Amino acid sequence: MIEGLIKLLAFQLAGEAIVFLLGVPIPGAVIGMALLFFYLVIRGSEDAALDTFTESFLRHLSLLFIPAAVGIVAHLDRIAEEWLAIAVALVVSTAVAIISTAVSLKLLSR
Amino acid sequence: MMELVQHILHLPITWLLATLLAYRVALLVHRRAGNSAWLHPVAVATLLLVSLLLLTDVDYATYFEGGAYIHILLGPATVALAVPLYHQLARLKRDWLALLGGALIGSLAAIAIAMTSAAVLGASEATVISMAVKSVTMPIAIGLTEKLGGVVSLTSALVMLTGILGGALTQPLLALMRIRDVHIAGFTLGVVAHGIGTARAIQGGQEMGAFAGLAMGLAGLMTAILLPLGLRLAGFL
Repeated sequence: MIEGLIKLLAFQLAGEAIVFLLGVPIPGAVIGMALLFFYLVIRGSEDAALDTFTESFLRHLSLLFIPAAVGIVAHLDRIAEEWLAIAVALVVSTAVAIISTAVSLKLLSR
Repeated sequence: MMELVQHILHLPITWLLATLLAYRVALLVHRRAGNSAWLHPVAVATLLLVSLLLLTDVDYATYFEGGAYIHILLGPATVALAVPLYHQLARLKRDWLALLGGALIGSLAAIAIAMTSAAVLGASEATVISMAVKSVTMPIAIGLTEKLGGVVSLTSALVMLTGILGGALTQPLLALMRIRDVHIAGFTLGVVAHGIGTARAIQGGQEMGAFAGLAMGLAGLMTAILLPLGLRLAGFL
């Protein structure tokens, strides 16, 4: 379990270093994710230690979102002021995204 | 007695415990409600904690001293998404053009429509930026918002709402369009509604869940790399 966590943190750290050196506004963890993906592709097989850890770790992924989401408490005025723009943008963009994803996938996969 | 209560309300460990308890209760509520798309555990837990903070008059900064221990794990969780993505490698190699194209077009549509409609309706610039990343999986969206100058807590609420909305709307909309392919349904759920959509897709079977997970990974990765560069070119940054 510890081995899996060490690997994830090491890949994230490598990602953070690359982002800092390149000066691009991409989250270090995303580059870490890409690096881990390529590591697995090059390795050509699953990494047992990593698989066991990530499976149980990602099962409770939702828990990790809560502290950030609670921050909404500090923005209740903003929501009160901009709720109409936010609600319309949410519903319209979600509907358009559903239609365009499904249609483009259908057309591209013949 | 009051002093003891105030002392406890300002300990980080109290809010760490409260977050775990709220999550536990929210999972129970979600299960009792038959895994309803509208009663997502993150929404219920957030509602519980926000009410508790308002009732006890504790500010977010104090809460976050405890919440930060959980929040920091979003980074390694993002990295961990590479593992389920790797499990879909065979599929990715076979249909890479359709999958990349679908994820790219769907993500671009979500971003463009969300940003323009919010801007046209008079939302502030910080809200518009927070809107841009809302279709992406939460850990990536939060990392991106921090980098782009949006409002992180607003983003997380929007990501959550988008997930709930996308999870509930995808299948009815596809039925209207007479699209019944489970691969397309799963993939659309992953692009539009990230982790919440993926959880929804898994209820429709392993195959649908796998496509949703793949879509979530691809859409998140592409948005994270292209959006900052796009916004920079458009003069937002």
